[in-house]
Amino acid sequence: MTALLDIRDLRLSFRLWSGTVEVLHGISLSIARGERVALVGESGSGKSVTARIVLGLIQELRGARVSGQVSLDGQDLARVSPKARHALRGTDMSMIFQDPTSSLNPVFPILTQFREVLARATPGISLDSARDRATSALHEVAIYEADRVLASYPFQLSGGMNQRVMIAMALANRPKLLIADEPGTALDVTVQAQTLDLMRALVASHGTAVLFISHNLGVVREFADRTYVIYRGRIVEHGPTAAVFGNPRHAYTRALMAAQPRLTGGPLPEITERDPAFDAPAEVHS
Amino acid sequence: MKRAAFILAANPLTLVGVMLVMLVVMAAALADVIAPFPAHRGAVVDFLNFNKPPGGDYLMGTDVVGRDLFSRILYAYRISLLMAVVVLAIAVPIGVTLGLMAGYLGGRWEYGLMRVTDVFLSIPPLVLALSILGVLKPTLLNGMIAITAMWWPWYTRLVYNITRGEKAEGYVLAAEVTGASRAHVMFREILPNCLPAIVTKMTLDAGFVILIASSLSFLGLGVQAPTPDLGSMVAEGARYLPDQWWLSVFPGLAILVAVFGFNLIGDGLRDILGGDR
Amino acid sequence: MLTILRQILQRIGMSLLVLWGVSVLIFAIARVIPGNPARVALGPNATAEQVDALARMLHLDRSIFIQYGFWLRDLLRGDLGRSLYTNRPVTQDIAEFLPATLELITVAAVLMIVVGLPLGILAARYRGRWPDHLVRVLSLLTVSAPSFVWAVVLMLCFAYFLPIFPIAGRLSEAFDIPRTTGFLSIDTLLAGNLAAFADAAHHIVLPAIALSLSGIGQAARLTRANMIETYDKPYIEMAQAYGFPDGRIARIYAFRPSLIPSLTIIGLDIAALLGNAFLVEAVFGWPGLSRYGVQVILRKDLNAIVGTVLIIAAMFLIVNIIVDILTVLLNPRIRHGEARP
Repeated sequence: MTALLDIRDLRLSFRLWSGTVEVLHGISLSIARGERVALVGESGSGKSVTARIVLGLIQELRGARVSGQVSLDGQDLARVSPKARHALRGTDMSMIFQDPTSSLNPVFPILTQFREVLARATPGISLDSARDRATSALHEVAIYEADRVLASYPFQLSGGMNQRVMIAMALANRPKLLIADEPGTALDVTVQAQTLDLMRALVASHGTAVLFISHNLGVVREFADRTYVIYRGRIVEHGPTAAVFGNPRHAYTRALMAAQPRLTGGPLPEITERDPAFDAPAEVHS
Repeated sequence: MKRAAFILAANPLTLVGVMLVMLVVMAAALADVIAPFPAHRGAVVDFLNFNKPPGGDYLMGTDVVGRDLFSRILYAYRISLLMAVVVLAIAVPIGVTLGLMAGYLGGRWEYGLMRVTDVFLSIPPLVLALSILGVLKPTLLNGMIAITAMWWPWYTRLVYNITRGEKAEGYVLAAEVTGASRAHVMFREILPNCLPAIVTKMTLDAGFVILIASSLSFLGLGVQAPTPDLGSMVAEGARYLPDQWWLSVFPGLAILVAVFGFNLIGDGLRDILGGDR
Repeated sequence: MLTILRQILQRIGMSLLVLWGVSVLIFAIARVIPGNPARVALGPNATAEQVDALARMLHLDRSIFIQYGFWLRDLLRGDLGRSLYTNRPVTQDIAEFLPATLELITVAAVLMIVVGLPLGILAARYRGRWPDHLVRVLSLLTVSAPSFVWAVVLMLCFAYFLPIFPIAGRLSEAFDIPRTTGFLSIDTLLAGNLAAFADAAHHIVLPAIALSLSGIGQAARLTRANMIETYDKPYIEMAQAYGFPDGRIARIYAFRPSLIPSLTIIGLDIAALLGNAFLVEAVFGWPGLSRYGVQVILRKDLNAIVGTVLIIAAMFLIVNIIVDILTVLLNPRIRHGEARP
């Protein structure tokens, strides 16, 4: 079965005044239709840039050099025209961000922004149609006072509410792939858990594939079917979530798991900055 | 340092600015040596050669009494630079000190000083300078006084805003707790943090002072004849527009070159130093 | 909503206070002069009695506080005294010359906004590429010369070497328009004379451009700087991730949040046009308040000086208040009581 998202040997480097910095050293990743895949790693491991490369955002930066293959639904994205690639954003692919309140434009009401999102799939959509569709999208994320929310500005709504609005926006055009960049990190734990449950139910019912980027292992374990572990621009381990979590083989994965604070107490283990063991070749669970 | 070099390389314009300013400074400093007709800065008349268009011996032409425009412009640069230096040398310390006091001491100091500053700032700069000059005799010194009087509030406002923010910072608290005097906190602790913004502003202001000074002398309120001054040269030349166009255009361009240079440097400094709210 | 109203009223109150301070300042400056203003006004040939009579009329024999008291009382009655230069009430002089300056400033302000802001948006959108560099250099250039230099250059280029525009004045002498408001744009239309309207427009182009050039540069630079900051914000990244059209992002979604911090400074720049109008009016022979102001300053015409400066300061403050109101209207945070202006 052809994967929905197929990334092969993706490399990314930046040309800076001090020289060239390589950020991704050959990432390979695939997501099947309707599958939920997690990309786990520390800050700076390269997980966020990977997501943005899929959307095509990084390639627009000056000094960025991208090579490798990224295919969506069989189409090699490097080969399509920039216009065609741009057309995929917001329609076939969408993204939700870490801090929902600051990801929404502060000087425009929610409806205006929603309408712009809907216009991606239905260009020139009328205000009334947009309102109707936005309302039903909000119902799906359990927001029932849709009128009030649509007329509000982001700063007037709570973080959890904004997160649900973002999810509604992201799924409104029924994308094939949803990229979630550390969703809910800015929210408090209970709200985060609720929104994740909501998200899981929704993507299951829509059949949307998810690329879930996180450093929070607990959340990943609940949410993802398969997991990729990324360390310094390389995939060091991947496989079904249960297998990777239950039997971590790579030194880095093991260190990552051990670094979790435990409810039962005990000291907080550390991950050493660099350990030669971390550079061992990748481990694959089938 | 390397970052500064990188930014300079990415902003070749800043380098251009530095070169322009150096050109102006050298022109002013070496006027005696460079000027083909150094005596023309005074009250010289040469009716044989008056109103000559640019060319030949007279690089930029001559004025109505036959003086070489190029030489006069070189000497006029002296006046412009002198203005900038003197005005800033007086206005900046006063303005900065008042801003520190208003921001740090708070209370009645803050209220009083900032209201006064507001009054000065609410009058368009040129208008204030004009009114002062309207009362005093138009001379170079009075011109400097007038411009200085309207300049200090900008620094007060700038430093006041920064100080208000810095007041709550840790290092200020630390100094207070260890018994530092208020003067010490203001000048030794807070002031260094204001320096990037102050230096950037001073560079931009150098050009701006030249601009305002030339505007004042354009209106006849600056130095008096026969001392060459860029603004008054443009004004004199304006009477002979459009035929003897060089009389107005070259001094005008001279102003442009000097101010542009300072602005380029100031812009570059802003990129490098960053602090300029 | 009430809090906003209260804040605006506070602002107006503060402005009145500042205006009063300005009046004191100008009054003090205008009276601290060497020599006898009555003597200056009447000239060296006047007799001592005539000078004394005028001095008494101007209350110059009383203390400065009493002089100010008289002046304030007159002010509140709408009387700014007589100008020794035109021999008319100062209020009449102002009424005659102010509209010309206001018209000039209005056109210049419109140019600043209509040309400067889009240039800034353009530069920010194509940051680091040639439109950005071009806008940066041009705007820096325009800011680097006083308006009278631009006035001279424009006049030479477009009124002399290429005689497209008239050299000086507000209206060709051929037209005789009855004066109703003093605003030619209105008066010509009221008189039903479209040719005169076109002529007035023709005359105002060069002076308005000369006046607005440095303001355009400022507005462009400011807009560019603010928009570049906005482009780094997360909500713009989200807009780009969703594929909103680049143009819409630039003109709408990045521009609106950037406008708010720019507003204060653009307001200040528009108010600064008041000061620069002096220079342009001088070059183009524009019969406005600024030219009048220069004349009275040169002649030490005390009442006129104080009156003119006061009016200009008042206009300055009015522009600031308008800017404050606009800031409140444009910033939903303030409208809904979340933040203070």
